[in-house]
Amino acid sequence: MTGMDLFANLPGLLLAVPLIFAFATPLIGRYLPRARDGWVLLGMVLTTVIGLLIASAVFTGGTVAYTFGVPDPSVTVPPDSGGIPVRIIFNIDAMSAFMVVIAVVTGLCVMLYSLSAASRSSGKDGYYTLFLLLVAGVLGMVCTGDLFNFFVFLEIASLAGAALVAFRVDKGIAIEAGLKYAMLSTIGGLFFLLGVALLFGQYNTLNIAFLAERMGTTGLTTPDAVALVLFVTALAMKCGAVPMHFWAPDAYAMAPAAVTAFLVVSSQASLYALFRICFSLYGQTLNTVLLGWFIIILGLLSMFIGVTMAILQKDVKRLMAYHAVSQTGYMLLGVGVGLAVLSSPLLLSNFGMMAMEGGIFHIMNHAFYKGLLFLTAGVIFYRCGTRNLNDLGGLGHSMKWTMLFFIIGALAIAGIPPFNGFASKLMIYESVFSFNPLLSIIAMVVSILTLASFVKVFHSIFMGPKRPEFADVTEAPLPMLFGMGVLSILVILFGIFPEQVVEVMVAPAASALADQAGYIGSVMGGA
Amino acid sequence: MNGIETLTTGFGFWNPIFWVAGFVIALIITWIIWRRGEATYNTSPSSTGPFLSGNAEPQPGEIHVPGGNLYWGFTQALERYYAVIKPLHTGNLADYMLWYMGITAIMLILVVMVP
Repeated sequence: MTGMDLFANLPGLLLAVPLIFAFATPLIGRYLPRARDGWVLLGMVLTTVIGLLIASAVFTGGTVAYTFGVPDPSVTVPPDSGGIPVRIIFNIDAMSAFMVVIAVVTGLCVMLYSLSAASRSSGKDGYYTLFLLLVAGVLGMVCTGDLFNFFVFLEIASLAGAALVAFRVDKGIAIEAGLKYAMLSTIGGLFFLLGVALLFGQYNTLNIAFLAERMGTTGLTTPDAVALVLFVTALAMKCGAVPMHFWAPDAYAMAPAAVTAFLVVSSQASLYALFRICFSLYGQTLNTVLLGWFIIILGLLSMFIGVTMAILQKDVKRLMAYHAVSQTGYMLLGVGVGLAVLSSPLLLSNFGMMAMEGGIFHIMNHAFYKGLLFLTAGVIFYRCGTRNLNDLGGLGHSMKWTMLFFIIGALAIAGIPPFNGFASKLMIYESVFSFNPLLSIIAMVVSILTLASFVKVFHSIFMGPKRPEFADVTEAPLPMLFGMGVLSILVILFGIFPEQVVEVMVAPAASALADQAGYIGSVMGGA
Repeated sequence: MNGIETLTTGFGFWNPIFWVAGFVIALIITWIIWRRGEATYNTSPSSTGPFLSGNAEPQPGEIHVPGGNLYWGFTQALERYYAVIKPLHTGNLADYMLWYMGITAIMLILVVMVP
């Protein structure tokens, strides 16, 4: 295989590498246990390199369409297929590439952190196998251009995620949380599959681009509308939107911290799919105002109920989980406004695109600062053995680096300048204000409440005199600090240079999402 | 230099570099003011310790304010709101399912029935 062949097959390798490393991990763990950590780290590093190479190719050269099982993977529609893309296709446009960057960067930081965090646990072979499967599932979800294929990756990610939530058993509480996550994911997945079946029954195809093209000519039928509802509610539930968010605090709180940090990315992959379905599959064929407002209302509920429930919590991870729900609301709000004005080119250019860019930028920012915050919570639990805010205190004396990383994450999530959360929230506030000032005001109030909530966490964990029961507590191990440090640097850099990130990644992602014709053309045009 | 480009939001702008520069200048000014302060200020515990109406200062381990005590006033003010919202979070999987089904049903009515 030449270098060019290898480069042309990168999308296939993006999936194959984490899967191969995942399935080989139990063997390595059995016969070469000392090499296991290096093996899984190598797998994640390779996946990251491949993901970043693909993203770079997409951001510089445009959409990459990759067909599986053919000599020339760029041929999406075989000459003898009657113009139908019959094979499984990865259609990686700027929006998909954006999600790939989030998944691989967060995945690598989490893997580095896990090397220390999981060191005391038994069953590390299973842990790493499941984690790499979760990474593969998420990457498949954000790259695929095929609805059934998406369902398969959704199931891979859900099952691996549920098993990881239950990984630490914890007197059965973690198992209960894992069971809830698995049950809801399965029911949601089956509803999604029912929607896929409704579309397949009508159009005899599963390819999103081809379906969008056919739907554009036939118009929205009743089965299309039913399928849309099944897709939207299943994915909104999977991304933790209120009032279908109840699983999130249970699962996020009980999973090991490293897993929780990546479960956030897994939820965001569902959010990506929700946007992909609304914009690229249905697009102009549906009533975008109605659906846009539905997403906006979900966003408002998520923001407000998420943050007000967070203020009550005494378990630091449960508190952060409610904040994850709340922050998802910002993304739903931004992109929902873009969807609501999609049919009006004037409004879309005036503020709709900016709202979408803000919402999309917030996905990446959230993955980094929320991942960082969950990792700091994990360090606290690793060193102190409790997550209860009433029991913690005075750790600022002995965990200065962890405290610094926590401050960076907390200021970023509260939208305090110059951290990355401020930049994306500013874009959302100002653009959404033009759409409806009340929505923007609610978003700002939620940010203030977020800050208040994290002041409470900061005070409870780090402030006050050193407590006798934590007299022996020391700073986190180096790999954990390194994982948190990388995320902290990203939080700062993306806050200091937001325009560069928006120009290179966010604006192309928002444009790709809004450009349904471009998405269809990248597959049907044989690009 | 590209790094000092301003993020334009369509309605305003945001330049983090200038913000950081302003923040650093403010820190320097604060430091200068602090340096010009009273140099003979006594920092011994007898001068800086809290005055608790003549009572002895508690030991460090006894004066921790736990997280659960914070924002009591906020939650009390929103008592009626929390009386509705908190009971919805039952922790019961069947309830989680009901919410999901309920939202799906409402969406079906809205999207399929409304032309």
